[in-house]
Amino acid sequence: MATIATTATINWVAPDYATRLRRSRLGLLVALTPVLMLFVSFTSAYVVRQGLPTLDPRTNQLVRDWIPVKLPILLLVNTGVLVLSSAGMELARRQIKNAAQAGATSSTAEVSFNDEGKMPWLGITIVLGLSFLFGQWMAWKQLAANGFYVATTPSSSFVYLLTGAHAVHLMGGVVALLLAGVFALLRRPVTTRSIVVDVTAWYWHFMAALWVYILCLLEFAR
Amino acid sequence: MATHEFAAQAHAHAAPQGFIRKWIFSLDHKVIGLQYFFLALTAVLVGMFLSLLMRIHLIWPTVPLPLLGEIKPETYLSLLTMHGTIMVFFVLTTAPQGGFGNYFLPIQIGAPDMAFPVLNMLSFWTTFLGFVVLLPAFFVTGGAPLHGWTGYAPLSALQSAGPGEGLGADLWIISIAIFCIGALMGALNFITTTLDMRAKGMTMMRMPLTCWAWFITAILGLLAFGVLLSAGILLLMDRNLGTSFFLPLVTVNGQLTGHKGGSPLLWQHLFWFFGHPEVYIAILPAMGLCSQLLSVFSRKPIFGYKAMVYAMLSIGFLGFMVWGHHMFMSGMSPYTAFAFSIMTMAIGVPSAIKTFNWLGTLWRGKLRFTSPMLFAIGFVSLFVTGGISGPFLAQPVLDIYLHETYFVIAHFHLIMGVASIFGIFAATYYWFPKMFGRMMNETLGKLHFWLTFVGAYAIFMPMHYYGMAAGLRRYSQGTEVAWIQHLLPLQKFITIAAFVTIASQFIFVFNLFWSMKKGKKASDNPWEATTLEWTTATPPPHDNFGGKTPVVRNGPYEYSVPGASRDFVMQSDEEIKKKH
Repeated sequence: MATIATTATINWVAPDYATRLRRSRLGLLVALTPVLMLFVSFTSAYVVRQGLPTLDPRTNQLVRDWIPVKLPILLLVNTGVLVLSSAGMELARRQIKNAAQAGATSSTAEVSFNDEGKMPWLGITIVLGLSFLFGQWMAWKQLAANGFYVATTPSSSFVYLLTGAHAVHLMGGVVALLLAGVFALLRRPVTTRSIVVDVTAWYWHFMAALWVYILCLLEFAR
Repeated sequence: MATHEFAAQAHAHAAPQGFIRKWIFSLDHKVIGLQYFFLALTAVLVGMFLSLLMRIHLIWPTVPLPLLGEIKPETYLSLLTMHGTIMVFFVLTTAPQGGFGNYFLPIQIGAPDMAFPVLNMLSFWTTFLGFVVLLPAFFVTGGAPLHGWTGYAPLSALQSAGPGEGLGADLWIISIAIFCIGALMGALNFITTTLDMRAKGMTMMRMPLTCWAWFITAILGLLAFGVLLSAGILLLMDRNLGTSFFLPLVTVNGQLTGHKGGSPLLWQHLFWFFGHPEVYIAILPAMGLCSQLLSVFSRKPIFGYKAMVYAMLSIGFLGFMVWGHHMFMSGMSPYTAFAFSIMTMAIGVPSAIKTFNWLGTLWRGKLRFTSPMLFAIGFVSLFVTGGISGPFLAQPVLDIYLHETYFVIAHFHLIMGVASIFGIFAATYYWFPKMFGRMMNETLGKLHFWLTFVGAYAIFMPMHYYGMAAGLRRYSQGTEVAWIQHLLPLQKFITIAAFVTIASQFIFVFNLFWSMKKGKKASDNPWEATTLEWTTATPPPHDNFGGKTPVVRNGPYEYSVPGASRDFVMQSDEEIKKKH
């Protein structure tokens, strides 16, 4: 025998800091999936294209048009900068998380670029991130100076493609960090900024790891 | 906690006040759902108009049309491309997921909104931008692209390959890329919301099958659209930066293009890795919805709830394993083709499970033949008819004969196009009362159903025969091809059927807008259904449940429960204790 009663409800409770943080991290994890698929797809194209011969119309023979690109040393320096920025990002994440946990009872807890007595890790990360992007731009110029343009050879096409796609994604991270800075200036709650920084930090670490992967692919699968 | 922070969190976001915040840049998932719905409605009208022009051209190729003049063969290919693109992306992907999914997923799981409302808004406007970028392709120099919705290289990768392959094709690619980004933002929201925002008691296995369908569809989108985006970027580079990803050594008008070494097949692999899951992105929401409706209007629990969930998961998983069956003609190894063939036919198993479960749900039910029910039954019919031709095409030997013919057009229009559209119609008739507070007119709804149902079969069944008789697709002027002259009466019949069917859609459009103002007032639960959207006010308040959160204690399809005082038990009713 089934008994029917009235519909059950409870009062809606606003999600607390921990819930919001968990939800945002989950969102980031989901968001990283298509980014991963994008680069998996590029890698797949890289491997396939590398193995394709082309017809030489003069000799009517199948030849390889894949000329390995000698990567600029500058890319190694850039890698170091990005790894450093990732460390800075992690320190910024921990710093603001501590402030957020303390600030759950205080509306005035702030962490910005230049909080007195604290290292401005967020600002340092942004500077390092922008330095990396500038370094990548300089590496492109060096490639061009060495005669490797986008369409010179399929390998150079992929170098520009992969570094460019990665740079665009990292710019997204820089914009998110700037947003956290703007939030600080606007005196938004520290919990909100903490979530922005936390999620961006994980994204940033992912971008650093992705860059190391791209560099390995371009260097060791030439 | 700061006062302003508390205020911001009192609801997922504050109720908007002004027109712009309420209806244009709204953060409310319900408004965003409606925006997606009306975008898809606009797109389907455009796509339908293009198909009508194609049908006219196929039987009267030299007749000048008012304002448009004579449709040239290359214009026919442009129409074909734009029709496919608009329908697949901006209708079949947009309406069921972006429209109804956005509106009803949060309510059905008992959430006040999507997980990330701002991202949700951006997702819609990005999709809208994609549509706005696509349409001007008709009006730029050279017109819209010729390469079909599948964008096969080398045609799509060379600006000089033909009219429409210049700026028109660039706009096409950019539009698709923008669409991908919008769809990814949407998928992110759907998955996070489903996993993290379900009401108390709403376990995954208590979710309505609609929610399962939207959830699985979002996962497919998440995995597939990134790949399409990558292919689009490579294509843009080939076209504009001189790279050779998809272009082999190729000449245009006897001149070398400067490209060499690339592979058109690489494009096909990347495209179809997206393209086949896209079929399920279009149809899975309709499957979920029809499961729901067959249960509601049979007054019976869905037959085999868990089997339905696992079948959808299997279809989603297998959907990523079968892209090669679109490429049997590409010269692939017969062993590879065999593998793809077996995997494709394996999809028949979960599809059959679903079909039999739908029939099992109907069996001995107290059927209520409302408009949404008719469209749900129509969906099952079309799914079976369209699906049965799938195993034919899944066999390489048969596909080689049928691949370039109208048989393929018939197959995918029935299963991917019309069946999904029937899902959209069913959803509209079913949820209209909740969305607009009024009922749609039933007489007009039934008239619309019968005209569309008969019309769809009248259009697409003959195409099977036309294809088997070697009627080739993509040919703009069958009137000039000797061996299909005797089939032209069939083409004429199809065109007349298309006219009638398209005309009958205006009954739906009229009913939709008329009922918003003049329809009979709807109660909160006019269909006597059990899921959570029917426990709240009609239309739902800004936060969906008026400051409350439902507590879920029952499954989604508790109909005709023995001993119950009425023939349905809502999900948030007191837990039913069944006799065993």
